[in-house]
Amino acid sequence: MSVDIRQFHQVYFEECFEGLEIMESGLLDLSIGAPDAESINTIFRAAHSIKGGGGTFGFRAITDFTHVMETLLDEMRAGTRQITRQAVEILLESVDRLRGLVVATRDDTSVQQADIDDTLACLQDLLQDNFFDASPRTSTPALNAPAATGWRVHFAPHPQLFMTGNDPARLLRELFALGPCTVVCDATRLPARAAFDPEICYLAWDIDLHAPISEAAVREVFEWVDDDADIVITPLGLLPASAETAPFLAPAPAVDDPRNSDRRQLDRRLGERKERAAGGGSSIRVDIEKVDALINMIGQLVITQSMLSELSVDFSPHKLKDLHDGLVLLERNTRDLQEGIMNIRMMAISFSFNRFPRLVRDLSTKLGKEVQLKLLGETTELDKTVLEKLGDPLTHLVRNALDHGLETPAERVASGKPACGTLTLNAFHEGGTIVVEISDDGTGLNRDLILAKARERGLLDAHGHPTEAQIYQCIFAPGFSTAAIVTEVSGRGVGMDVVRRNINELGGSVDVESVAGRGALFRIRLPLTLAILDGQLVRVGHHVYIISLVTIIESLQIRADCLTSVAGQTDIYRLRTEYLPIVRLHSLFAVDPDSDDILKGLLVVVEADGRKIALLVDELLGQQQVVVKSLQTNFRQVEGISGATILGNGTVAMILDMNGLVRLCREDSDHNPLVHATPKVA
Amino acid sequence: MRQMVSFTLKGAGYDVIEAIDGQDALGKARTKQADVVLTDLNMPNMDGIQLIRELRKLPQYKFTPMLLLTTESAGDIKTEGKAAGATGWLVKPFNPDQLLATLKKVLD
Repeated sequence: MSVDIRQFHQVYFEECFEGLEIMESGLLDLSIGAPDAESINTIFRAAHSIKGGGGTFGFRAITDFTHVMETLLDEMRAGTRQITRQAVEILLESVDRLRGLVVATRDDTSVQQADIDDTLACLQDLLQDNFFDASPRTSTPALNAPAATGWRVHFAPHPQLFMTGNDPARLLRELFALGPCTVVCDATRLPARAAFDPEICYLAWDIDLHAPISEAAVREVFEWVDDDADIVITPLGLLPASAETAPFLAPAPAVDDPRNSDRRQLDRRLGERKERAAGGGSSIRVDIEKVDALINMIGQLVITQSMLSELSVDFSPHKLKDLHDGLVLLERNTRDLQEGIMNIRMMAISFSFNRFPRLVRDLSTKLGKEVQLKLLGETTELDKTVLEKLGDPLTHLVRNALDHGLETPAERVASGKPACGTLTLNAFHEGGTIVVEISDDGTGLNRDLILAKARERGLLDAHGHPTEAQIYQCIFAPGFSTAAIVTEVSGRGVGMDVVRRNINELGGSVDVESVAGRGALFRIRLPLTLAILDGQLVRVGHHVYIISLVTIIESLQIRADCLTSVAGQTDIYRLRTEYLPIVRLHSLFAVDPDSDDILKGLLVVVEADGRKIALLVDELLGQQQVVVKSLQTNFRQVEGISGATILGNGTVAMILDMNGLVRLCREDSDHNPLVHATPKVA
Repeated sequence: MRQMVSFTLKGAGYDVIEAIDGQDALGKARTKQADVVLTDLNMPNMDGIQLIRELRKLPQYKFTPMLLLTTESAGDIKTEGKAAGATGWLVKPFNPDQLLATLKKVLD
């Protein structure tokens, strides 16, 4: 049975990119002339893993290239090479080339071989150079080193080796078991066929063993044949660089127009970014600490479970307290475990933020604007799925801010602001949600123009007095033309309606604040995770529904004098200065309520999309965390329902989708002026 | 000692031919072909080194692996054993796993 090794490719490529980033940042931090052993070790290890994996999967180009880098890094690590600015620059360039190679290997495309050869030649020069400079110094540190990166074994058995029953093939096999080997067989002693004696050993071998093991371990293999063979064992690091790296020597590089090469590099990087964003969504890399913590929790859960089952063997009423304690413990274990598992899916938002420094720099140059980008709260963690889907809306908002929000230096100076504009990305936790803010100190949104446009399109009542928030929400309406508000057409890709839809799909919301002439702020609120939800259980007739806690504003008993009925259809509830449409959940989902009398029910006021509605329910049950199961994958999408969950008693409960309900309610009441109206008492 | 070795080897699925001393072993070796020979150093009638030397003279045992069971201190004996044609040695005391690992090495 053979294992399909391709299934591991994806993981390997991810590791490569991670390793390359470690190398890059490590090299940038490296202080010239004052080597920090740990940093070099880190860089070396990253290179070594890339090479090792490449070897395993047979990615020859990656292995060969990394090998040369590794040789150089190894010398730096052993202290036999000075860390020069030149060396660091060549290594940085090598990292770029290697990244290209990895991408090309992953996508099965070709690379600019000339670039690769060019860099290889530079590395090679550096290595050659060093061998002569540093050779007098090589012996001491390497001999003191506990283990070399590998060993070259010269094994020349005496002709009578077979006579003791020893077999060179066996010894070689034993050596192979210690690590990856490359073997060169020396058959020069082999005589002509007529003179050939099958009982004589004619062959000799040179074996390069690439494994960081002790010399004693290598010697042990040859213990029995010590007297029957010439055996010379030397550490690989001490070999002349030319001998080690000869196969990699490249032909002289073609002369390249530097402008072209810059251009190519930029194109390549941009292309790569796209590819990186598109691919690699299927797996997740988890900090080992998180996994260890989980295993600990499982251990505790098992202990609690066995405690409880022991308790049940001969249960009697006086053990009730023990049972209760056990259940409390079980609850705590379960909660810990749940948090631990959620934690695995959490990734720092810097994964999303990191693309922006480059994007902002490129775009501001193109637009002729001066922009300073501030990134705050980069370590804020959120669910991987949320993070991935957040990328596009965030990019769109940043582009918008650069394009429409911030002014040119001249305009800024004219209005008394510093020439350099500021764009801030900020992420933080607030309650059970993550907030991501994109703010700029540009012109802000043009409130009057948006209002006029919204009225013209019928999005807002012509005579109402909408709040700022309601006006700004209009920019998210499908087909709302930004061309009327701004001078230049917005960036390619998604429009504002798609931004809002994407964020709504994640169970989040987006709202806008703006001060004319001072700037605008887009605030995205997202749930920590899509898999678990803090819910309020409500009962309607015999059915239980779940309302996401974060959407609930308040719950109240109905007072008859606040109730208004419009056109005998929609009920409106006056809550202080607002009028809220009442959604009768029982009629929406066609279930029998406790009573048709609205006064016997309760109202749960929820907010979504910047609008409030009141849900009519029979009873408020408890609050609990529920695991969200997709309705779409198991059944089909139902308007007003975002998913389902299984309750403690085994029944299924639907989770209400507030955005959907608000939409439903709006369609119902499009001809109802009261629903749109604000503080104006009828 | 012989019983322990024999027990371990049979347990691992090897066919074992036992002999009480060197003389006995040589006699059995003439009629039966073994894949590997394990011999203690000190035995009555014919010691291990002598046995190996005699076995190597037999054409069918010319290249057969032969292992000496010896004690760590006996450095000279190792050299002597090698000179007689021993393939290698196993230092006493050894546990069953070491024995099997060593055998596997020469029989693979």
